[in-house]
Amino acid sequence: MKRLTNLFVSSPHSRAGLTTNQVMRAVCYACLPGVAAQVYFFGWGVMVQIFLCILVALISEAIILTLREKPVRATLADGSAMLTGLLIAVSIPPLAPWWISVIGVSFAIIIVKQLYGGLGFNLFNPAMAGYVVLLISFPVAMTNWMPVQQLMTYDISLLDSIAAVFTDFTQDGYSVTQLRMAVDGITMATPLDNFKTQIDLGLTASEITNSPIYGQYGGTGWEWVNLGYLVGGLLLLKQGVIRWHIPLAVIASLFTLTLISYSITPDLTLTPMATLFSGATMFAAFFIATDPISSSTTIKGRLIFGAIVGALIFMIREWGGYPDGVAFAVLLANLGVPLIDYYTKPTVYGHKGKA
Amino acid sequence: MTNTTTSGEINDNEDIDNDLIEPKANAFKLVDWSGIAKEGLWKNNPALVQLLGLCPLLAVTNTFINALGLGIATMLVLIVSNLTISLVKDWVTKEIRIPVFIMIIASFVTIVELLMNAYTYGLYLSLGIFIPLIVTNCAIIGRAEAYASRNPPLNAAFDGLMMGLGFTVILLLLGGAREIIGQGTLFDGAHLLFGEWARTLEFQIFHFDQQFLLAVLPPGAFIGMGFIIAGKNYLDNKELEEQKNKAAKKVERARVTTVN
Repeated sequence: MKRLTNLFVSSPHSRAGLTTNQVMRAVCYACLPGVAAQVYFFGWGVMVQIFLCILVALISEAIILTLREKPVRATLADGSAMLTGLLIAVSIPPLAPWWISVIGVSFAIIIVKQLYGGLGFNLFNPAMAGYVVLLISFPVAMTNWMPVQQLMTYDISLLDSIAAVFTDFTQDGYSVTQLRMAVDGITMATPLDNFKTQIDLGLTASEITNSPIYGQYGGTGWEWVNLGYLVGGLLLLKQGVIRWHIPLAVIASLFTLTLISYSITPDLTLTPMATLFSGATMFAAFFIATDPISSSTTIKGRLIFGAIVGALIFMIREWGGYPDGVAFAVLLANLGVPLIDYYTKPTVYGHKGKA
Repeated sequence: MTNTTTSGEINDNEDIDNDLIEPKANAFKLVDWSGIAKEGLWKNNPALVQLLGLCPLLAVTNTFINALGLGIATMLVLIVSNLTISLVKDWVTKEIRIPVFIMIIASFVTIVELLMNAYTYGLYLSLGIFIPLIVTNCAIIGRAEAYASRNPPLNAAFDGLMMGLGFTVILLLLGGAREIIGQGTLFDGAHLLFGEWARTLEFQIFHFDQQFLLAVLPPGAFIGMGFIIAGKNYLDNKELEEQKNKAAKKVERARVTTVN
């Protein structure tokens, strides 16, 4: 009966908020469907990178915390470094050489996160800043995405992936460049990359998307990866780890702008559905833009922040030099966050108009 | 032009005091030469503390030799402009001083530019627009305004040399670090500055298949600059703490003696 009385105590009830560790772990778990899809389509390299990146993230966090004379174990246990490592690992090409992951992750943790004061003080999303450092420093290695396994000429095992990441060659002596060759000896690019180059060659959108690297909606494989991250994102929403404002705003603004562009120039634009299900769209909307530290904190501000991210992704994909613009979009929007927050402060109860 | 630095004012006052107390023949000895040197190289370094002339500092420090070229050019202009401005300071009224300073600086920059065009053509090409832009380097007009226009010629010239040296040292640090991290080389393009024999100076420290473009591009300069400033602040803080410790120790001894 004691239990019953406890149940019927009238409000107010105390509500325990999520701890940092719980939030970070929930986000890691929610990545699983997307990661599973990536492993299925792009091979074991993804797992190798995840393992390597998380290891580097933990080590560099431990080193910098020791230098800053902060508690090492307590901070490592909050899982934020692990999450940063994971987010970078799934963003870089699966067979990228090991030093790429090491440079990117250590830059993200040491410079972008800890030198600004650690968790909660960083202006920029550490994972995306680390990714951008890699992208502008090593453009060739960072755009070396494998074609999906089903379209590849060679089978690569787990051991092959490990060998390729650490020595640049598989056990049979194939180089990563050779692995990327399709049957006809043409290097395969990611769907968004391919679309961009083919448009420049004067082909129309429908001609390009006939190629086997495009699936029903987005790129073959990529649509499933995006679906995986969408499912994971919805789980996060249900658990209350993230709020709906940012993902919805990102997706809505990207979708609307692509729809407008598509209705004006259907031959030069991917269909709106294809845009949502290719590249890193869903990953960005649910896992990157929703970073609680570097994104906006007010309700209105979150809608504006998400809309800016979506619009920038559209602009970079459409007119920019890079095939996918998620990282740049998020960093540029991060820059605007203090301003957005300043102008969207909610009115304090009892005051009229702007507080 | 707002940087009438405190240091300039302090030196100014000291000089006036010296002139008042001592006969003029001894004035030369009484000038605080090491104080001026310390100001320029460390305490009031134009690049690290005043944060002046950042545009060329960040733009051309992608290699050691580029940095050295720009550093020497800036230093030369700074010395002669400081000297000239100090010489003419009594004839220039307050209202027209800025245009006059700018004209003096611009003419010296033009001389340096023509010299570089004649003798180090390769470097002249690789520094490009940043040689004429020395005119707009705030470090130079800043020293003219804060120091040269209030102090005797020799002091002003020496201040120009020290400020220029301080600026050049930072340029070299940044240029060297960015070149090593970015391309794995040091003294690449030395022949542009020193002639053909200097090709032997160039050496490869690492060999990369791909350059680390972040260090070569401007963002690398910003990050590197941040680290250098942080390093200076770290050393300053350490010195401050040591001084405090010393002071604390003295107090302790005093107590011991009184107890005994």
